[in-house]
Parts: sequence; C-alpha cells; structure tokens
Amino acid sequence: MAFAAFSPSASKQKSSSPVKSGKIVLVLLLPGLLYLGMFFMVPLVSLIITSLETPDPSGAFGVYQYALDFSAYQRVVVDYFPQILRSFGYAFLATLLAVLIAYPLAYFVGVRLRTRPLVQKLTLTLVVAPFFISFLLRTIAWKQILSDNSPTLEFLRSLHLLGPQQYFLGTPFAVVWGLTYNFIPFMVLPLYSSLERLDLRLLEAAGDLYASPSAVFRRVTLPLTMPGVISGTLLTFIPITGDYVNASRDFLGASDTSMIGNMVQADFLQNSDYPAASAMSAVLMAVILILVTVYVRRTGTEELL
Amino acid sequence: MNRYRLSRFILPIYAVIALVYLLIPIVYTIVFSFNNSAGRTNTIWQGFTLDKWLNACQRPGICEAVGNSLLIGGVSTLIATALGTAIAYALVRYQFKARSLVSLSLFLPMATPEVVMGAGLASLFFNLGAGYGYMTIILAHVMFCLSFVVVTVKARVQTLDPVLEEAGRDLYASPSMVFWKITFPLLLPGIVSAALLAFALSFDDFIITYFNAGPVNTFPLFIYISAAKGVPAEANVIASAVFILAILIVIGTQVGSNLRQKRLFAIK
Repeated sequence: MAFAAFSPSASKQKSSSPVKSGKIVLVLLLPGLLYLGMFFMVPLVSLIITSLETPDPSGAFGVYQYALDFSAYQRVVVDYFPQILRSFGYAFLATLLAVLIAYPLAYFVGVRLRTRPLVQKLTLTLVVAPFFISFLLRTIAWKQILSDNSPTLEFLRSLHLLGPQQYFLGTPFAVVWGLTYNFIPFMVLPLYSSLERLDLRLLEAAGDLYASPSAVFRRVTLPLTMPGVISGTLLTFIPITGDYVNASRDFLGASDTSMIGNMVQADFLQNSDYPAASAMSAVLMAVILILVTVYVRRTGTEELL
Repeated sequence: MNRYRLSRFILPIYAVIALVYLLIPIVYTIVFSFNNSAGRTNTIWQGFTLDKWLNACQRPGICEAVGNSLLIGGVSTLIATALGTAIAYALVRYQFKARSLVSLSLFLPMATPEVVMGAGLASLFFNLGAGYGYMTIILAHVMFCLSFVVVTVKARVQTLDPVLEEAGRDLYASPSMVFWKITFPLLLPGIVSAALLAFALSFDDFIITYFNAGPVNTFPLFIYISAAKGVPAEANVIASAVFILAILIVIGTQVGSNLRQKRLFAIK
C-alpha cells in the first residue's frame, strides 16, 4: 500500500537525474500548483480577511462586513485560553504515548520480522488496519467499551483499580486515550520505514565494541531512526491539535474537555461567529507553523517531503 | 547475555499487546454489526442476527450517504491522482529553480490541521457566495488528497531507472510513446497505491466535509449526526464491509507480490 507515503527520506535524489527544464515541467507542475494555490492558499487568506471582519451595523445575526477589526483575536485568545492550553497539552501527551507504543512495535515489525517478508507485510497491515475502519466508528467503539456501566469498567471496579463512583468517559484521560489510539498508525508508518532500512551491522559493530544494549539503542539505533521519529511526531501532533471528534461530548469528551477544534466548529457552524472561528483557526495555524519550524530546525531535518 | 535473551521475549509480547490494543475497536465494530439491536441504539449485545447485513439499506438515509461518499471519493481520487502524479514525476525527473517552493507548498497542506482547512475553505466559499454541496466537498477533498498522492507516487518514480526511458528514446520512440509504453506501466503500482490512499482519505473524511457539505450527507456525516442519539447497527455493517474489502485487497496484493518474487527467485 501507501506505506512509502510516509517514508522520511523519500527526498534523496538520484544523482543521475537529468538536468532538464522547460515547458514540460510547467505543464506537469502548473495544474496541481494552481489548484493548491486556489484551494489551500486562498482559503487561508480568506480566513484572515474573515477574522478581521466586524459585525454589520444593522445588527443582523451572522452578517459581517469587511474591516480591520482585531478584536476577534483578543476575544478568542482570552475566552478560549483553556481550550488552547488543552489542545496543545493533550496533543503533547498523546504524541508522547504514541511514540512509546509505536516505537517498539515498529522495531519488532521492521527489524525482527525482516527475515520473513510476508509475515512482516501482513503484520504491518494489521498495524494500519484502524485506517480502514471508519474513524468515527472506532472512536464510538471505545466510547461503548469504556462507558460507565460497561463490563470493562465493572471488571476494573471488581479489581479495585477503579472506585465505585469513578468513571472514564468525559475525562481528559478518555480524550487522550482516544487521540492516542486514533493517530498511532500515523506514528508507526514513518518509524517503520526508518527502522526497516536500519543497517543491523552497525548495531553489531557497536556491540562488538562493548556497548551495552541500552547504549547501542541510545547512540546508534535512535539517532539513525530520528527522521522517522520526527515525521511521525509531526504527523501525529499536528492533526491532534485540530481534532475535535475525540473531545466532543457525543464521543469521548465532555464540555470541560473541549479543544480548539470544538470552538471553531461551534463558532462557525452553530453561532455563525465567523470572525471568531477564523481568528481561532489563524492562531492555531500560526502556533503550529512556529512549533514545526523550531522543531525541525532543532532536530535538523530540513526537508520532510 | 541474559539481558539480551530476556529482551528477545519482551519485544514480541509487547508487540502482540500493542496489536491487540489496535484491533479491539475494529473487532468490536464488526461484532456489533451482527447485534440484534432494536431501534437506533446499538450499545448492548442482544443476540446474533444477519438481519442488519441483509437489510442495511432499510435504515433511512444510510445508503444514500454511502452512495454520496463513493461518488465524492471516486471523483476526488481521479482528479487528485492525475494532478499529483504529474507533480511527482516533474519533481524527480526535472531540475528547476523553484523546487523548494514547490516542496513547501506540498508540505503545508499536510502540516495544517483539518479544522483550519475546513474553516478556510468554508469561509472562501461563503465569501464568494457559492452554495455548499457536492462541488465544494469534491474541491476540498482533491486539495487534501493531492500532497499524499505526490508523496506516494514520488517514491515510485525514484525507483524508476531513467536508463529505461533513454533506451526507448534511442530506439526512436516518440516522447508520448516513451511515456505510455515505458514510464506509465512502471509507475502504475505507485499510482494505484496513491489512488487507494486518496480514496480512503476522502471516504473517511469527516472534519473538512462537515464544514463544506451544506445539505449533502456523506457516510461519516451520517455517523456523526446519529452519534448524539445512538449509531444504528447498519452503520457498523457498512464500515465492516468496507474494512473487510480493503483488508482483502491489501492482503491479496501482498501475497501476490510475494508469490511473484518467489517465482523470480526460482527462475534465477
């Protein structure tokens, strides 16, 4: 399948690629790039224009006029401060958990199963299996498995791991659980494609030079698979910050677990407060771009595509 | 050495636990597609039935939503795959100055949370005064599928030896003949994977679609709207059927390519 999609070093060019340029390149590139310009860049500009709009003087609900009104930004940063903190906090935790779960799994599939290619491929299919079942339904499945009166919680209560009045749904724990689960395949794939290419002779060499297993891991395996860790964490962290399904009340969350996405959705689709929804989106986008730039600079993988 | 031994067992056990964790909601969803549940709610097990599988379309609106999702997924996949394949080919085969700008504009959509893209497109269509519907959903889906197509096809173009195309040219094949007789057949597996990925992304997209759907219902929107009252078992049937079909396709191609490789080795 498309496992190669997440290959972190897909950017390595063959040195023999012919140096040609001209009309053909334009014909190949322009349609797609114009499309992205029209439906990716222009919407971002539209978002910024909308965020600066001001309510119509007539006072009609949901009607705005063009202006240079920055008050929506002030409003969302103040009013939605808890949601902003929560979004990035949950995203940080879920990404961390996803690395901890995914790395050993990817190592097992990418290194240990190398001698059996068919078993390796089939196991990898199982790892990405959640991709093939509806995102909303697999979240609802967790909701029902972990609901207040479910056999799972009764079992945990009988083991006294959970108090009789304690529950799971609607807690930050449930939201982070769902976020971690839903985005693990995005973490495993890039890690796998790094680990699959790892030259095992380097690990042997380190062992021959009396490096302990943990030293081999810290000083050889991990640095060599860092590109996979970086693209995996980005592919997990970014969508999580904008997710609002897991945190929504009908799924795993409650009103006090709402994230940025819930606010954007409510303001845009229910309250018709387009400037606030747009300002919140613009703030989210700006924070992510800053974080990604800093992260990529610090970790030193400039070209991710 | 003892420690090394121990770690040999820890890792497989850990991997099995992680796999079980990943598969739990899938198994749950499939099992509850056979639940003899009355009405909309499908939360408590009430006995095995095949009714929901045999009469999935009885639930009002569900098959219309699935049909919409298939239509939108099909059209979006076609457009995104065509546009993306061209970009991927150009990126690998040609040198040009604006390369880093092109890479950046392909990376950005992947580094943007869906809610931002959804709200951005919705605000654009709103400001333009365009009504939401099939058109706006498809325009949105092509956009977010495009970068994934480029990355997938690009990986395949990189494995393609330029010498093969040169040989074609040396034998007086016209550029279009070189493309259709040599380049395209060799790229086809990559293009097919990219198309499957694009279709999967489109079919399962909820967030961006929700912002730009207007009156159109898709399968994820159907589930989201029913989530407040209880998702009917028929939704599990559809999702399970899609899941089983997708897994069979993937496993089939894997076993197939494995057999082919074995045969190649046997010939050698």
